[in-house]
Amino acid sequence: MSGRRGAAARGAHPGVPGGAGNRGVGEPEGVAARATDVPLGATPVLELRDVVTEIRGVRGLVRPVDGVSLTVRAGQVVGLVGESGSGKSMTAFSVMRLFPTKAARVTGGEILLRGGDGRVRDLRTLGPDALRAVRGREIGMIFQDPASYLNPVLTVGRQLEQQLQAHGLGQGADARIAELLTDVGLSPEVARRYAHELSGGQCQRVGIASALACRPALVVADEPTTALDVTIQAQVLRLLARLQRDQGVALLLITHDLGVVAEVCDHVYVMYAGRIVEEGPVEDLFARPRHPYTQGLLAGVLDLLEPKPIRVSIEGSVPDLVRPPSGCRFHPRCPHAMPICEREAPPLLPRDEGAALGHSACWLHDPGVVGAGVTVEPGREDGP
Amino acid sequence: MTTPAAPLIAATGLTKHFPLGRRMFGPRRAVHAVNGIDFEVAVGETYALVGESGCGKTTTARMVLGLEGVTAGALRFHGKPVAELDAAERARFRRRVQVVFQDSNASLNPRKTLRQILGTALTVSGALRGASRAEVRERVVRLLTDVGLTPAESFLDRLPHELSGGQRQRVGIARALAPEPEFVIADEPVSALDISVRAQILTLLARIQRERGVAFLLISHDLAVVRNVAERVGVMYLGRIIETGPVGAVFARPVHPYTAALVDATPLPDPRPEVRARDHVDIRGDVPSPVSLPPGCAFHPRCPIAVERCRSVVPELVPLPDDPGVSVACHRAEERLAGLALPTVSAAHRPRPQEDPA
Repeated sequence: MSGRRGAAARGAHPGVPGGAGNRGVGEPEGVAARATDVPLGATPVLELRDVVTEIRGVRGLVRPVDGVSLTVRAGQVVGLVGESGSGKSMTAFSVMRLFPTKAARVTGGEILLRGGDGRVRDLRTLGPDALRAVRGREIGMIFQDPASYLNPVLTVGRQLEQQLQAHGLGQGADARIAELLTDVGLSPEVARRYAHELSGGQCQRVGIASALACRPALVVADEPTTALDVTIQAQVLRLLARLQRDQGVALLLITHDLGVVAEVCDHVYVMYAGRIVEEGPVEDLFARPRHPYTQGLLAGVLDLLEPKPIRVSIEGSVPDLVRPPSGCRFHPRCPHAMPICEREAPPLLPRDEGAALGHSACWLHDPGVVGAGVTVEPGREDGP
Repeated sequence: MTTPAAPLIAATGLTKHFPLGRRMFGPRRAVHAVNGIDFEVAVGETYALVGESGCGKTTTARMVLGLEGVTAGALRFHGKPVAELDAAERARFRRRVQVVFQDSNASLNPRKTLRQILGTALTVSGALRGASRAEVRERVVRLLTDVGLTPAESFLDRLPHELSGGQRQRVGIARALAPEPEFVIADEPVSALDISVRAQILTLLARIQRERGVAFLLISHDLAVVRNVAERVGVMYLGRIIETGPVGAVFARPVHPYTAALVDATPLPDPRPEVRARDHVDIRGDVPSPVSLPPGCAFHPRCPIAVERCRSVVPELVPLPDDPGVSVACHRAEERLAGLALPTVSAAHRPRPQEDPA
């Protein structure tokens, strides 16, 4: 406990308030402090440092999140992308300790949130009540299935009102609710409706209204458009992007859909089997993926406007996390695997000089391992 | 691609209404799942039905399979109405037409080993009636090898839950192939799969088609999959095909406003600012209930260019004057060809952060 307190006591975490681009110099991984694609001076709103989440199950101990570090800066849209079982959703749940199972526990790392007052707190050190005050207030949440979190016996308006009251914003709630519903493209009349009277797209709009109700600095959205039809998905995605821009809220978007990432994200983290394997500004990462897994993923994306012969870009399937592969977890499926990949997990190495373009965890980028230096095999031939 | 004289499968006016309970003193009501669709699938070709949930694409597949009765319309197999097949012909039809379901978890018996699942598919269909155990085993091994589950011997005695999603889908494909079909209906075969596994399954289906000359009816909501896999496509909306033709032609120049909206709504895996900044077709609202279909063109309540006629007269699916390979059911199709554009909204995305230094 005392160790955790220690982390929280670093309230004025170096560089968090008004941190400039030079933050993190000398920090072990420098993950927290990358000047990437956001304007210099954009402050991190959320920072995960070496977060570990474990689930104790009948089949043994599983670590769906195994040392994940990521940063979301003010006003930024950050994508966390991965396949099923990559740990992307568990990472999102870890931020607010809202797990789908009681067997899950955050067992390591720091989860630093910069509150509305500018104070930085480690969410891991917060007790249940303090954490409840953060959820929905300082961090808005959007879930995949809106029907499952809207209360079926309360009207939409009553539900939003309860949320505002719970966070001490009950004054003038009616006007605020009307404003919120209008913002998300619904009629204020919807406040009198129940969830079952709304379509899936309308429910998700209510979900977005709820996420933004308390004017949080950060919204975490877990597959917000996956359950929706294509045309509705596009409407909701564009709505989310517009609100994000207009209200300057930071967005951590969890998705499996690289098309969605390309449409709205500024920065992207790629997760595989519980670890971040590559991260960088979205444009450069799509044009020049460095990690063989990212390369394979992007090569497997089907493009409506530029069809191509389908080829298998990654063999095999996602590993079972009860017995994760040794070393680099991708090595059993990697076309470039070397002996070292089986023995040792690769560190996150800069994707370019100065690390302005993020990091990739692959031994191919280590000049000490591969004499020739970085191997780059872009997944897209038509990249800029 | 040439369409032979007698297509493998031809549907004309295929209709399915599911009756609902009558409200007291109220009119008789029904879910109008499929409302008179025509399509043909040629030998060895892949035809896709694409649309959003509730558009009737899966009901269509179930009617073709005989899992669902037909309210109206006809289905022909090699030119002969399926309804008029005698018992022997019907058995042959059942063998020649197979299906791969979306959810391999739900469609494989959890208590049976792969050897039993595939063995049953081989013997029941008549493909191997009366064969010895050794013969059946040999054929099961060959099927497993064909779908890439190797070494096949190691899979024989496994249960479905011991396999990954991609492996289970391969078993589903092996089962469909067991009776040596000419026609396979693939209902969302890759929707539940991860990107890395999706390509494996799609290349497997392509290889099967190449090697065995199997025709596919692909049911999908994913335009990118359809564009990359199928030869021709029918776009469905509320139980009607509203545009059909070769995939390249239909998606490169969508004439029906709904097709245009679908194409526009499909995310492009290209984050360049000029791509992101593109304008979007302004389509609003949700798909109406199939219980009370809108009169006229079912899309008119959402259509940005609907006129009076669209609200009263159902448009026929007619070939385009400049490209008869493509047919469109829209009263304003000719105006669209003459340059009538759909209203757009500008992109919601802000300029890239690098471009506006704080």
